[in-house]
This record gives sequence, structure tokens and C-alpha cells, in this order.
Amino acid sequence: MLRLAPPLAIAILIGPIAFGLIATLLPAFGYFPALGGNSISVQPFLALFERPGLMRSVLISLSSGLVTTLVAISIVAIFVAGWSGTNAFRRMQHLVSPLLSVPHAAAAFGLAFLIAPSGWIIRIISPELTGFDRPPDLLILNDPNGFAMMAGLIVKEIPFLLLVILSALPQTNARQTTQITSALGYGRIAGFILGVWPAIYKQIRLAVFAVIAYATSVVDVAIILGPDSPAPLSPRLLGWMNSPDLALRFEASAGAVLQLGVTVAALFLWLVIEKAGSMIRCKFAMAGRRFTHDRIFKNAGIFSTGLAATVVFLGLTILALWSVAGFWSFPDALPDSFTMKSWLRSMPGLAKPLWNTVVTGLMATTIALIITLACLEQEARTGKTGGSRALLFIYLPLLVPQTGFVFGLQLFFLWLGLDATMVALVFVHLIFVLPYVFLSLSDPWRAWDVRYARISHGLGAGLNRTFWQVRLPMLARAAMIAFAVGFAVSIGQYLPTVLIGAGRLPTITSEAVALSSGGDRRIIGVYAFLQMILPFAGFILAGLIPAIMFRNRRDMRAA
Amino acid sequence: MKTSAIKSLAAVLALSLAATWNVRAAEPDPANWEQVLEKAKGQTVYWNAWGGSPRINDYIGWAAQTVKDRYGVTVEHVKVTDTANVVATVVAEKAAGKDSGGKVDLIWINGENFASMKRQNLLMTPGWADKLPNWQYVDVENKPTITVDFTIPTEGLEAPWGGAKLVFFYDTARTEKLPNSVKELTEWAKKNPGRFTYPQPPNFIGSTFLKQALTELATDPAKLLKPVVEEEFAEVSKPLFNLLDELHPNMWRKARAFPKNHVAMRQLMADKELDIIFAFNPSFASSAIANNELPDTVRSFVFSGGTLGNTHFVAVPYNATSKEGALVLANFLMSPEAQARKQDPNIWGDPTVLNISKMNAEDKARFASLELGIATLKPEQLGPMLPEPHPSWMNRIEKEWLRRYGVNN
Repeated sequence: MLRLAPPLAIAILIGPIAFGLIATLLPAFGYFPALGGNSISVQPFLALFERPGLMRSVLISLSSGLVTTLVAISIVAIFVAGWSGTNAFRRMQHLVSPLLSVPHAAAAFGLAFLIAPSGWIIRIISPELTGFDRPPDLLILNDPNGFAMMAGLIVKEIPFLLLVILSALPQTNARQTTQITSALGYGRIAGFILGVWPAIYKQIRLAVFAVIAYATSVVDVAIILGPDSPAPLSPRLLGWMNSPDLALRFEASAGAVLQLGVTVAALFLWLVIEKAGSMIRCKFAMAGRRFTHDRIFKNAGIFSTGLAATVVFLGLTILALWSVAGFWSFPDALPDSFTMKSWLRSMPGLAKPLWNTVVTGLMATTIALIITLACLEQEARTGKTGGSRALLFIYLPLLVPQTGFVFGLQLFFLWLGLDATMVALVFVHLIFVLPYVFLSLSDPWRAWDVRYARISHGLGAGLNRTFWQVRLPMLARAAMIAFAVGFAVSIGQYLPTVLIGAGRLPTITSEAVALSSGGDRRIIGVYAFLQMILPFAGFILAGLIPAIMFRNRRDMRAA
Repeated sequence: MKTSAIKSLAAVLALSLAATWNVRAAEPDPANWEQVLEKAKGQTVYWNAWGGSPRINDYIGWAAQTVKDRYGVTVEHVKVTDTANVVATVVAEKAAGKDSGGKVDLIWINGENFASMKRQNLLMTPGWADKLPNWQYVDVENKPTITVDFTIPTEGLEAPWGGAKLVFFYDTARTEKLPNSVKELTEWAKKNPGRFTYPQPPNFIGSTFLKQALTELATDPAKLLKPVVEEEFAEVSKPLFNLLDELHPNMWRKARAFPKNHVAMRQLMADKELDIIFAFNPSFASSAIANNELPDTVRSFVFSGGTLGNTHFVAVPYNATSKEGALVLANFLMSPEAQARKQDPNIWGDPTVLNISKMNAEDKARFASLELGIATLKPEQLGPMLPEPHPSWMNRIEKEWLRRYGVNN
């Protein structure tokens, strides 16, 4: 049984992507008999390239992917280089970690409420500092260049990259290396970047690629913060896919292929950036400059990281405030009155999306956790880890743009007669939940001291008993955290939910993004607040359950 | 090996999508209402309706609950952002040969989407709306838009649900001199730059503004009631686009960004970003004031030359799964009770399609007790109603708009 776990996991990770890609490629080249496309042609691409502003959409997608990643990774790298091992670092780590669980859409709403011309930042300094008694007519949100969208992505990718680096850090000799570099007279940042960074970057490279793939093809954040005229490529594709003109399906599929191309191009450009970065690093290393005066960079690193965290937290607070606001005129910093009206009004409509969100999340994550445990146990028993190839498989759903294969997957489910069913929705969430559950559980699982198992075997317990009575209880906390991570990932899914759920299975996230077009801040506040509170609840439970389970086991308590 | 795998997958996909289900149930007969009620019991109606306004969603939720309690019909509100997507779903089902058991049972619809579904035979036939029990109250005599939807005869293929009239709103605390036509509005915008905008077409309120301007500026309005003649399009639409070229530099964000719909414009007015907004619902502002969404100094106005008006409907796709249930719901939505509740500005504030004089005393009282709300114009103050152009104009204008303004700089 256990032997089947790794192939099953690989099938779940690769199968849907393969099917989805094929079912996207065929209509992209004009083959889709149900719509009268019986022969292979490039017509869909010709039609696609006649779209006004297509090149611009492509450029926005490409540039936002690269800029987002470059800015986020630079901030995180400088922060880690300048501060790792300090108390300030640990405090910041605690501040930033919970942000990982906040869905992208909720963070984007929070940012929008904060930085809009009528947003909270301008409110708090008006009219005293600005003289504004009315919001300035500034194009901040939905700006044509996509800066607001990039900002929204950056504040969310910083926590992700920081946590990825934190998990890579123990596998490097960071401490010794920086001791040597500082003994050699290097500044903190320079020493870290020259000595430790290459070892870290090698481990986090796939995660960086995932950030690029995500940022080049994001839909929900683009709808909330991104430009409209024209929009980036992926949200435009979604529009064509849903158009009443079915001939557009061919064009949308061609667009999905183009999106794949854009992401691949971004990855290639990133390889160039990597090369350039490493050349610059070598040059500095050879030049031997010590960069001892790096205080400005150090401060900039912690300031930027802290700013990103503060922006998200403050944005979420403003969201919550709007959900209970009475009339709230500009430039008042607080509403005239508070009322539960928005919540009461939303209550009847909330039940179904809430149910769908929780059930889908729990089911997808439970399945993901079982598969992950089975794979890891199989790995422990056979000693085969699958190596870097396996890691690539795990990252695959995060590296292929969702718009690139979920369209095709929708057709595939239609064929199975499973479109708009819970089974299909759970399955498509599983594709994206599994990698995160696996990644967050595999490290603590592998780090477990195998001597416990030897003792257990020595006492006569078999493999299964050792698993159930020793290893799993000892790793229960890690398993619960992996579960909470997976649950948070499921809650954040937008595109798979709207496409596979076909409007029949709304979740909190799909409803929140649908409401964004209405711009009713109070109701958006309600939905986005729930979006943020559900993953938090998951993490709190993940902490509580082991604490209760092991309340009389001193050494099993949290460190 | 690889190509054969792709081929066989393609074949499977093709086969499955082309497969047809030819079993079609007999159409329900609204004349035999008892039987419709009987069959409707226990059905689930998937009602695809625009879901961007919480207040409308609440009203739909109320209707769903009432129909469930009284007739045992479960109603699920599928919240859509654009009705065109629902049409797309039905088109896709027809293309896949799914002639029964469709995903959509009832659609909130009018105008170009109705025209498109009617043209493609995607609606349940024969006409049924005028055979529903509550049709007796419908104001066919005084509201021509009930039987002719954007110049297309409805023929009972859709049941009227509510009225719409383009009305503008302003804040008395900030604005005094009001424009009385789109031309004057353009002049007003020059003096008040950045304080007017319209939702980005193809949002239907945004497109409505374009049609209002098109109708007002047309030298020969009769041409608009017929399908677009491509050779004449440039000439007929020229005044409209000249006006937009003049208006855009003085619009909100210099027309480099647009709000997504009229609800977003309401938020912008509450934030004091906009001074004049508009909606397709005369009591839009009163409802918003009642819900703390606009200050209580906001009032309504219309152009003396008239503004566009129309009726919105519900329709049943030809392949709906729960046709009887859909009819029961459509009939309930036309009842004096449901219509009076809908017209209440505290609930929604959507004008009724019924003729109050046709009702009994109890139902008349429901309407008599309604307060219009402080910001709502009385029916006689709403001004003349301009007819909607033929739906082909909307499509053509939207396309041209996208070509000209869809891509900035």
C-alpha cells in the first residue's frame, strides 16, 4: 500500500497539469470539434495578436513578475544578511510569519483601502498636512503600469521568501561563515552575501521560480489592484474564457499558451539576472572590498521588511474597521458610528461560501496530509528521497501558471461529468495544497532523530507501531502546522475555484473578489476579514491540538 | 507513441463534447398552473443573477426563502458579474449537445443578452410569461418596454421583473448648478475637472451612458431603432465620440481608469471623489442614504430632454433542468407582494412593472404605504423616457469604445 504513495503523489501533481496543458494546446491551435474546430490552424493566435493592447498586457505581466520577485528577494536577502541571529530578527520573524497565511486577495484589499486617494493614509494626514478636504484626483490604484499590483504582490511575497530562507538557513554554515568573514573585516551584509547567500539561494531557487510564475500570471490581485486598460494577460484571458462569444475560447486558449510563454520568458530573463548577480558578486569578492559601512543598507532592510508587514496588518485592520463602519466621510480617520449592519446583512449569504470554503479546505488538506505522510514514511523505510527530481515534481503545480492549464482542466472535468462538483473542486485544490503540505512537513520529518525508531524496534515494535506510536505523535505538531499551511493555501485559491466551481461552489475568496467590482467597502470588509481569520483559526487550532494532546508530557510542549 | 496519446485524448474529448442527450421533457404548460406547482415541488432552481449589490442579493435571498416555504422550490442564487457569461454557459451547453439538464434555470436578463438568446433559440418556447397567473397585474398598457425589449418583441419569452430609468445624482452640499444634457455635462466637467466618470464599458451602466449620449446627439434617432448599418456607423456615432474626446480629459483620473460599475461610483461619491453619478434606478440614492452609504444631502435629477429607460426580465433557457420551479419563481417575482417589497427603497427601491390600479385593496395598500425616500423623484418628475437603441448598437459602440479608449497611452 505504502509503496503506491509516491507514484500517487506524482500522478496528482503531474496528471492534471499534463491533461490541462493538452486540453489548452488543442483549442489554441484550432482543434475543438464541439465548437466546430476540426483542423489544426494558427488562426486563434492571429486573432489573439489583433487584440488591442495585447503587447502591453504581455509586458505588464512580464515586468510585474520580474520586478515583484527582484524587489521582494532583494529586501529579504538584505534583511536576513543584516540581521539574522539578532533579537530584532526573531521579533520580525514572529511578526512576518502569520502574514504567510493571509490570502493574496485579502492583502490586496487591505492595501487598496490604505493607499487609495480616499484611503486611510491620506485620510489620517488630511486636511492638516495636505490641505485636502476631498481626495486628490490621483491614479494610484489600477495604474496603467501596474505599480499598485506589484506593491500588493511584493508585500505578500516577502513573508513567503523569508520563511523559505529561514528553513534553508540551518543547512548552511551561516554562523561559522559570517564569523570568518567578519574576522576578515567584512561588513555584516557583505560577509553574508559573499559567504552564505550562494548556499541559501541554491536551496530556495525553486521557490523563487514559483514566485515569478505566480506574479506573471496572477488573476485575483490583478483584478483588485491591477490596470484595466489594458489589464495584464491572465485576467484578460479569464474574461475571454467567460465571453458569450464561444469562438473566443480558441483565442483564450491561444492566450493561455502565450501566458505559458510569458512565464517561461520571465524565468529565462531571471536566469540572466541570476548570472549577472553572481558575476557582480564575484567581482566584489575578487576586489576584496569590505563594505564595513553598511548601516544604511541594514536599516533599509529591516525597515522595508517591517513596512511590508505593517502595511498588510494595517490594511487588514482598516478592512475590519470598514466592515463595522457607519457613515464614514472623507477625510475622517474613523467612521462617524459603528454598526453591525454589514455583518447582519451578509450573514444569510455567508453560510454557503463559508461551508464550501471550510469543507473543501479540510478535505483537500486531509488528503494531502495523508499522502504526504505516506510518502515520507515510505521514504524513511526505503531510504529513497527521490532527490532533486522529486522536488521539481512537488514544485511543478507552483511553476506552471494556473491560467495555463486550469482552462484545459475545466474541459476535462466537463468530459468526466464532474464539472461544478465538490469532488472536482477538492481535487483541483489538492493539486495546489499538496506541494505546500509536503514542503512544510518534509523538513521536520526528515530531521527527526532515527535513533528513536531504533530504540522502538529494539523494544519489539514493528514498523507500523513505531510510526503510529512514536514518530507520528512526536511529529504531531509539525503535521498540524503543515495542515494549517495547506488549509490556508486552499482558502486563498481563486482561479481554480471560479473555473472548476463554475459559479456553483462559491467560496469566501471567490465571493470577495466578485464583490470587489462593486467597491462596497463594508461588504468587502466582511468577506476579506473572514478570508484572513479562517487561516488564522487553522493555525491557532494547529497549536492548540498538540498542546491539549500532550498536556501532561513536558518534553512534547512547544519549544 | 506521444502523438497517438494526444490523438486519442483529442478523440475522447471530441466525442464526449459532441455527444448528445436527446431526451427532452415536455415543456411545462403555465395554463395548467396546478400541474406546474405540483411538478415544481422539490425542484432546485439555479437562478443566475448579477450579484454585485448586497441589497439586491438580500432581496433575492428573501424571494428564495419565500418560494421555498410556500411552494417547496429551492432557489440557489448563482451570483454573476456579467450576464453575458450566463449566455455563454447556455451556448456552450447547446454546442455540447446538452439539450436538457442544463446548469441554468432562470436568468436575470434584458437587452442585448435577451436578443442574443432569442436569436439563437436558447430560450424556452412557446412564450410563457403572459400565461402566468400574475400577468393579470402587469402594466402592459402604459409601459411599452414590457413587450418590446430594446426594440425586440418579448413574445412572452421573458417575464418582466422591474423597471429602470437613468437618473443622475448630486450632493447638494457641493454642487449647485446642474447640467441638463450630456452636452451641458461636458461643459460642467470643464469647470469641475475630475468629478465625473462613467463605469467602464461593457459594464451595462457605462454602456447606458454611451447610449444616452448617442441618442441625445443623433441627428436621426430613428436610425438607432434599427440594426446598425455598418456603412453609416462612423457618421451616426461621430457626435458621440467627439463628445467623449472632449469629455475624457476632464473626467475622473483623466479617464485613464474607470470605476467598474455604478456601485463603485457610489463609493466614490461618498468619498467625495465624484460630484455627479448616475444609476439605472431612481431610488438608488435614497437606498444608499438609508444604508449609510451616501450622505443625506444627495438628491436626484434628470435631463428635461429625457433619459433612457427600460424593463428588466427573467427568462428560462431552453435546456433548463427545473423549468416548473423557474416558472413558479418568475410568477412569484411578478406578484404584488414581491413587487411592493422590491420597490421599497429600504429593501431595494426598484420600480414595479405592475399597474397598481389592477390590484385588490390589500395589495394597493402595500404600495400606498411605501415611502419613496428623500432623494427619489416622484414618477411625474422623472421626465420623458427615451427608447433603448437596437441591441446591435450597444455591441458596435462597445467595440468602438474599446478600440479607441481600451488601451491607454
